[in-house]
Amino acid sequence: MSDAQGKGILQVKDVSLELGGKLILDRLNIDFWSGHIHAVVGQNGAGKSTLANTIMGLSGYRHHSGDIIFEGETIKGLSVDQRARRGITLAWQEPARFEGLKVSALLFAAMRGKDRDRAAGALEQVGLEPAAYLDRAADKTLSGGERKRIELASILAMRPKVVLLDEPDSGIDVDALEHIFSAMRSLKGQGTTVIVITHSPTVLKQSEHAFLICCGKLIYKGGTAEISRYFENTCGPCDHKGAPTLKELT
Amino acid sequence: MSDILPADVLASSGIDPHDVLTDDVARLVVHENKVLGSHLVPGLSVDVEETASGIDAAITVKAGTVVARPVHMCFGVLPEEGLQEILLRINVQDGAKVSILAHCTFPNALKVVHRMNADIHVGKNAEYAYFERHVHGDRGGVTVLPKAAVRVDEGGRFRTEFELIKGRVGRMDIDYETTCLKEAVMEMIARISGSGGDVINISESGRLAGENSRGVLKSYIAVRGHAQAHVKNTLVAEAAYARGHVDCKEIVQDDAVATAVPIVEVRNPKAFVTHEAAIGSVDSRQLETLMSRGLNEEDATELIISGLLS
Repeated sequence: MSDAQGKGILQVKDVSLELGGKLILDRLNIDFWSGHIHAVVGQNGAGKSTLANTIMGLSGYRHHSGDIIFEGETIKGLSVDQRARRGITLAWQEPARFEGLKVSALLFAAMRGKDRDRAAGALEQVGLEPAAYLDRAADKTLSGGERKRIELASILAMRPKVVLLDEPDSGIDVDALEHIFSAMRSLKGQGTTVIVITHSPTVLKQSEHAFLICCGKLIYKGGTAEISRYFENTCGPCDHKGAPTLKELT
Repeated sequence: MSDILPADVLASSGIDPHDVLTDDVARLVVHENKVLGSHLVPGLSVDVEETASGIDAAITVKAGTVVARPVHMCFGVLPEEGLQEILLRINVQDGAKVSILAHCTFPNALKVVHRMNADIHVGKNAEYAYFERHVHGDRGGVTVLPKAAVRVDEGGRFRTEFELIKGRVGRMDIDYETTCLKEAVMEMIARISGSGGDVINISESGRLAGENSRGVLKSYIAVRGHAQAHVKNTLVAEAAYARGHVDCKEIVQDDAVATAVPIVEVRNPKAFVTHEAAIGSVDSRQLETLMSRGLNEEDATELIISGLLS
């Protein structure tokens, strides 16, 4: 465990963001603590992926109010690669296909070096046989589940301080899901703070803490079991209009 | 230019001469209009005549011959100016198999013209693979004019790859035509990176004239600066059960311009041809994925383009 274990590593401070004239994040405040597996949970359209994209600083998600603080410093003005070099990365819900590039090239890019053994080790951690994948093209010949696991392998190889996993169970089968969960634990084991974006109760259970958001607002935070109960009992039947504030709930 | 040795030409194209100048590798090394070296293996004959501006070569692979290692051909003009005209008549007779690795090297060109006219016949159940890699300097003073007419007989297989991804293109006009007879297969691939004021024109056409013939035309181009790339690929299916595909992908940066005109023509209701073309900047999702791993935009773009051209 690092010295920072248990301390705030990433703070979303009063962040609001409009996309296409619609308020997607609404004065959102969340503190993520170092070395834990956190979940950001909510129904479709709640603003979860927008939050992840905003933290990563993707194009189209940079013009927000409020601030994002990483290790005590604002990262609001930093580009995607600058944030990544500080130690933040993102695994997409639908990973990109790379025409012509080998899996090894993606892993080498993430680790900024050509350590084939380390790349092989990362693939093994997500349950993929290095001999079968290192020299394989990372293109449309891979299934969605394979691309997800390769993306996670690249993140394991990168050894970031914070990883945002956007819907890690999307489009993969049950066997692959267990490898994804194992990779999440491996990331935590190597000191990475894991932030999982999900609306899946199964994925939510893998986390230690959870933040429930609705209509771009944080409406509940707490232990996984507590949030899971609230999410299933309250969010399921809700029409998601006029979400209550955290203050109103507590 | 009698002081230029085969090893000089080979080295200028990035080849270790020791890898090629061995007894089991057939080769032909030509500088301007001089044959600097040649070596044959059993079943392969080369009849070369030096002309005023290049060579006229007839290459024959005898029926049933399988040439184990790729034949190496190297064409070059090392001075800043020059004209090289290559006439090739290649006959891969029935049942023969051969692959050719060709390097064309113009590292110092300011005003060099390289013209190649090839007449290629791939016999019945024969296989012919031709990989051509160009090595150019950074001044863009080359005009490359490769032209080929190819016939692939019943059950034959023809594959060609053209690659120019290092150095400036200059001007390039590729003009290939291939006809496939019954159950013949052809694949033509071009990978080219242009920059500065380079001009790339690709015109490839395939005619699937025989039943069950198959063909693929692929062009992968990256252009930046003020470069232009114009790709016109035509695939015509005339016979029953002929199958074909035309694929063109072009990445455009800066003030470069790219066009793609895929033409597919089907003249038999039992034939089937598809095409796809994609032209644009580097895919933003790919770019942001690599940037989220810590690569800056320039390095991420280079990696994506290297993948497209690999």
